[in-house]
Amino acid sequence: QLLTPFQYLLSGIYLTRYILYSRHELLLFEALQEGLEEEMERDLRVCVMGEDVGHYGGSYKVTKGLAKKFGDLRVLDTPIAENSFTGMGIGAAMTGLRPVVEGMNMGFLLLAFNQISNNCGMLHYTSGGQFTIPIVIRGPGGVGRQLGAEHSQRLESYFQSIPGIQMVACSTPYNAKGLMKAAIRSENPVILFEHVLLYNLKERIPDEDYICNLEEAEMVRPGEHVTILTYSRMRYHVMQAAKTLVNKGYDPEVIDIRSLKPFDLYTIGNSVKKTHRVLIVEECMRTGGIGASLIAAITKNFNDYLDAPIMCLSSQDVPTPYAGTLEEVTVVQPAQIVTAVEQLCQ
Amino acid sequence: KISTQPFSLNPTSPTSHDRPLVSPVPTSLFLGSTRKLRLSSSSKLNLHRRPGTVVAVSDVVKQKKSKSTHSLLITKEEGLELYEDMILGRAFEDMCAQMYYRGKMFGFVHLYNGQEAVSTGFIKLLKQQDSVVSTYRDHVHALSKRVPARAVMSELFGKTTGCCRGQGGSMHMFSREHNLLGGFAFIGEGIPVATGAAFTSKYKREVLKEADCDHVTLAFFGDGTCNNGQFFECLNMAALWKLPIVFVVENNLWAIGMSHLRATSDPQIYKKGPAFGMPGIHVDGMDVLKVREVAKEAIGRARRGEGPTLVECETYRFRGHSLADPDELRDPAEKAHYAARDPITALKKYLIENSLASEADLKAIDKKIDEVVEDAVEFADESPVPSQSQLLENVFADPKGFGIGPDGRYRCEDPKFTEGTAHV
Repeated sequence: QLLTPFQYLLSGIYLTRYILYSRHELLLFEALQEGLEEEMERDLRVCVMGEDVGHYGGSYKVTKGLAKKFGDLRVLDTPIAENSFTGMGIGAAMTGLRPVVEGMNMGFLLLAFNQISNNCGMLHYTSGGQFTIPIVIRGPGGVGRQLGAEHSQRLESYFQSIPGIQMVACSTPYNAKGLMKAAIRSENPVILFEHVLLYNLKERIPDEDYICNLEEAEMVRPGEHVTILTYSRMRYHVMQAAKTLVNKGYDPEVIDIRSLKPFDLYTIGNSVKKTHRVLIVEECMRTGGIGASLIAAITKNFNDYLDAPIMCLSSQDVPTPYAGTLEEVTVVQPAQIVTAVEQLCQ
Repeated sequence: KISTQPFSLNPTSPTSHDRPLVSPVPTSLFLGSTRKLRLSSSSKLNLHRRPGTVVAVSDVVKQKKSKSTHSLLITKEEGLELYEDMILGRAFEDMCAQMYYRGKMFGFVHLYNGQEAVSTGFIKLLKQQDSVVSTYRDHVHALSKRVPARAVMSELFGKTTGCCRGQGGSMHMFSREHNLLGGFAFIGEGIPVATGAAFTSKYKREVLKEADCDHVTLAFFGDGTCNNGQFFECLNMAALWKLPIVFVVENNLWAIGMSHLRATSDPQIYKKGPAFGMPGIHVDGMDVLKVREVAKEAIGRARRGEGPTLVECETYRFRGHSLADPDELRDPAEKAHYAARDPITALKKYLIENSLASEADLKAIDKKIDEVVEDAVEFADESPVPSQSQLLENVFADPKGFGIGPDGRYRCEDPKFTEGTAHV
């Protein structure tokens, strides 16, 4: 049977949308891998270094298949020497390559703090601008499922003071791929924070080439009553709390700040000017965390627009316990977010 | 289960005919150690199987000399070049001391007096594209690598015309043009950077297919660094991947006030090379010709793709650790012993005795260098100090990294940014 003209029109529209906005579905770690692979194809100078990134395919499968495709030198399996192979990545970046250094767990990068702070952040400055360090340092961090204290660290708070580096945190397959590509293409050293529990998130992402701006925040849910600033895994706790809040009649605006250093004060500022109430929900510790810096930045720039003191929900200042019940109360849970918003809006 | 012999390494020499011109799919290269894993412990140490032979080079050089009295180690031109470089290093460092006490430079200044043979012996064999990495005692490494004396002196005075625009200082000498990759204040942190530069050289040859890329990297560091983890980690990685790097230990026996013998369980540093699968060589670092002979072999090895070498140079610093060091712990007898082995005096004697140069030639060089150093000081004196506008430049290669301000514009677009007064 022939289709009616209306059905022809509808199928034409769907076909056009499919062609123009064609997408494919994948998991977050596959999105990271796709971004990395595309950049490695695009530029021969991009290489990967880290423990078990090559033959093993990465302990979180982000580099799976890349060693077979690009060879052992471009996807380099390093010995367990974080400080030295991060330094090696920096030396390679200074001499023309674009390395992506993987910390098997972000916590291991504490061993590379010397190189990240002294060389990664400083060499462009102390060399008077002669050497650029287009390195990307990435890896999974954050509190997982009973991984123990040392494997549950949040290094964004430790690295945030280092001048000369940028820090971004991905939270969806879309921004994971986009931030990975942008970080690789950037001439600055970028630390890309991934989260252990977000690697299996599924999303449909565009087929065409795209990047996410490293310095911009992401508007997750526009609203009127309160600004909730968050990043990484806490975004999902916030969105879960947002459902409850909407049912209770609140209209929260949720922003995933994405860029942990520097802060996107434009997006954040516009939101503060609209809602006059700010809640920060983060996974790092209260002391010296990203939230602490964010409070300082907002207070400094937008104090006149605030109707209430900024509230910040952070993880407890304790080493993450192994026991599941204790670990659960170490990080911020959706119920606490709901209570905080209710308190803020009183 | 006994581990099988891994695949033989693909020859890395550029003239190999086995390598196809274009290989989209990499052949199965084994990137790793080719040493056998011996599971049965052998009580007899078979010395012939050891990959790295430890040689006291002074013996080798003596042998060469005795074979034929007519063959000299250097030509006249080379001799004069070496002499000029060492005199430049010495005169420059002496001038630094003067300028420091006159209040023209500040902070930590570490002088190289007495160690010139190592810098000259090694760096004068390099091409411009070869890289040098040093620690804080880096003025003379910079000068040997042909960074202009003017640029180094200006940097020490903290002027904009310095090699790092006055932003680095004594301990952070960099030159992109001459491939001097620093200048590091923390000991040991330059060694991984040098390993990275060597890795780039190998990568350029094997991945980017620049077949004639044989750039070598030299990493200079001291005896104190040889107890640091980064040293051992990099020895391992360099030997594992056969990186074109030479690790040069400037063993001057003292790490500030810590004697090498009080800090190290086995003070013979060259022995640590074979433990990682590379040759370890000990050389008299007060004799520039001996150092040069060893350097030729080590750099040649790296260029041919045979891997790294560890060279320990026994040397001595005539001055204290830095200009702030009272230098009270060192025995005057030890100082006198090494002062008698001054590398410059030794080379001068060699040149004159072997009729390679006359006193007049050498005096002319002395005078020329004096003028160069004076000129450098004058230039540095007259150069401008950095203005505040320079403060925020060079923090990021891409200044968008300072982020987006409350007004929606990038901070670096703020007019105050170029004045150095913007909030970032």
